[in-house]
Amino acid sequence: MSVVLQPTPRGTVVKEIRTRAANWIPAIVVFFAAIALWQLAIDAFNIQKFLLPKPAAIASAFWTQRSTLWSAGWLTLKEALGGFAIGSAAGIAFALVLARFGRIAAALMPIAIAANAIPIIAFSPIFNAWFDPLSPAPRMATAAVLCFFPVFVNTLRGLHSVRPSQIELMRSYAAGELEIFRRVRVPTALPFLFAALKVATVLAMIGAIVSDYFGTFGSLGITIKNSVSLFDFETAWAAILTASILGVAMYVAVSLVERTVLQWDPTRQERGTA
Amino acid sequence: MTAVSISGLTKTFTKGNVTALQGIDLEIQPGEFVSLIGPSGCGKSTLLRVIGDLTPPTEGTVEVNGKPAPRARRDHDYGMVFQDSVLFDWRTVARNVGLPLELLGWDRAKRKERVDEMLRLVELESFGDHNPWQLSGGMQMRVAIARALSFEPAILLMDEPFGALDEMTRERLNIELLEIWRRMQSTVVFVTHSISEAVFLSTRVVVMSPRPGRVAGVVDVDLPQPRTTDTREEPRFFELVTAVRELLRGVGAEEHGSVTAETAL
Repeated sequence: MSVVLQPTPRGTVVKEIRTRAANWIPAIVVFFAAIALWQLAIDAFNIQKFLLPKPAAIASAFWTQRSTLWSAGWLTLKEALGGFAIGSAAGIAFALVLARFGRIAAALMPIAIAANAIPIIAFSPIFNAWFDPLSPAPRMATAAVLCFFPVFVNTLRGLHSVRPSQIELMRSYAAGELEIFRRVRVPTALPFLFAALKVATVLAMIGAIVSDYFGTFGSLGITIKNSVSLFDFETAWAAILTASILGVAMYVAVSLVERTVLQWDPTRQERGTA
Repeated sequence: MTAVSISGLTKTFTKGNVTALQGIDLEIQPGEFVSLIGPSGCGKSTLLRVIGDLTPPTEGTVEVNGKPAPRARRDHDYGMVFQDSVLFDWRTVARNVGLPLELLGWDRAKRKERVDEMLRLVELESFGDHNPWQLSGGMQMRVAIARALSFEPAILLMDEPFGALDEMTRERLNIELLEIWRRMQSTVVFVTHSISEAVFLSTRVVVMSPRPGRVAGVVDVDLPQPRTTDTREEPRFFELVTAVRELLRGVGAEEHGSVTAETAL
């Protein structure tokens, strides 16, 4: 716990950028060192390109095929984003409703946790039968179901993580259940929610790409699959790189929202950048 | 009209079948500062919570300002302060102080005016925009006190508010609390483990015995007001501390070692 004796002005912007950049330097150095090592190792150990192409070859495929990759990426990203939005919204909505009605929550929670253990991705071909396979709906459905459970379970846990003393304080002010819910439970749940949303971005991308494998024309998943069957491993890896960039972008976007919304969170402050 | 009137109060917890309080009779007049002291398990915190209608009595009645306790709670007669300051991390210091006013539906301008006034009262006027965790433990407790007093409740219920603070901070806050009490002319019920704190602050000290919790004795504190740091060195202060300690010894508190008299005696 920091003890502040004087009201301190917020740290100057320049200083903050400088410290933040300094924090990133080790990570950047390690990243480029790993790429360099990868490039050298392939020559040194004579690794076949179907096992692992050179980073330079992947980069060049990424550049020459950029228009195909980006349109494929955009298609898959839309599926992932749609699934993320639907699944997360449903997860939050379910958690809010169940937190208000404790008995239903107690009955449904074990089922939800059990359902969470089901490898939902296995249902992907089934969704192709349920929804129009030419529309993005079946892929969005897979991504949505994958996102739903962590968001639902974490948000519900967050809504229940309120300290009893906080409830007592609110009750001493004669605050009703709804008032306590709005002013105490929901803010308490926010850090839990954002942790789950970050996991959900990753799951949404996995759901979208794996569903693509079952035949989404012009998608990232099918680009990877077809390139591999044509022994065009550089393009396959370039598509994986595209998927990674999009996945990281989604994760970073959620982190930025989290940063703005959870400025008050002391545990986040102690962790520093995240 | 009495501020608090308790008669024949018994509290049993069905879980474990524990009798926490038995046959408590207590009257507190408006403007009094009453401390509840006793060893762990004497039910002093439970008594405070029953007065505040946070837990219902099993038998007997509790009236606050002539009303049953649940009615008093709905009428916002209580300001509560707990050992943990219970500040909300997602609210700034000022918005924590203004929380009860928000619940009472005060408009923004009126709220700001009162919050500024309260922050001045606890000498934290320049910390309104800070996050609670940026403040020291003593400052956090002052925010909690400002919040409890912001809507001018008829009665202030404090459950070991300074228990987690160091001795120096504690003594300073004791003096500040007395000053606030005098200015607001409120009634205070104060739970503590510390004999010297109870004697220094109170107009009356209620000594409780454990298992089941009963009132073992009441010590009237006739030390002159206003009390200052010098009060702690007066012979009468030591006499009263001894009187409370004797009562506690009678209830077996010394052997439990759970009540501390940390004055240089």
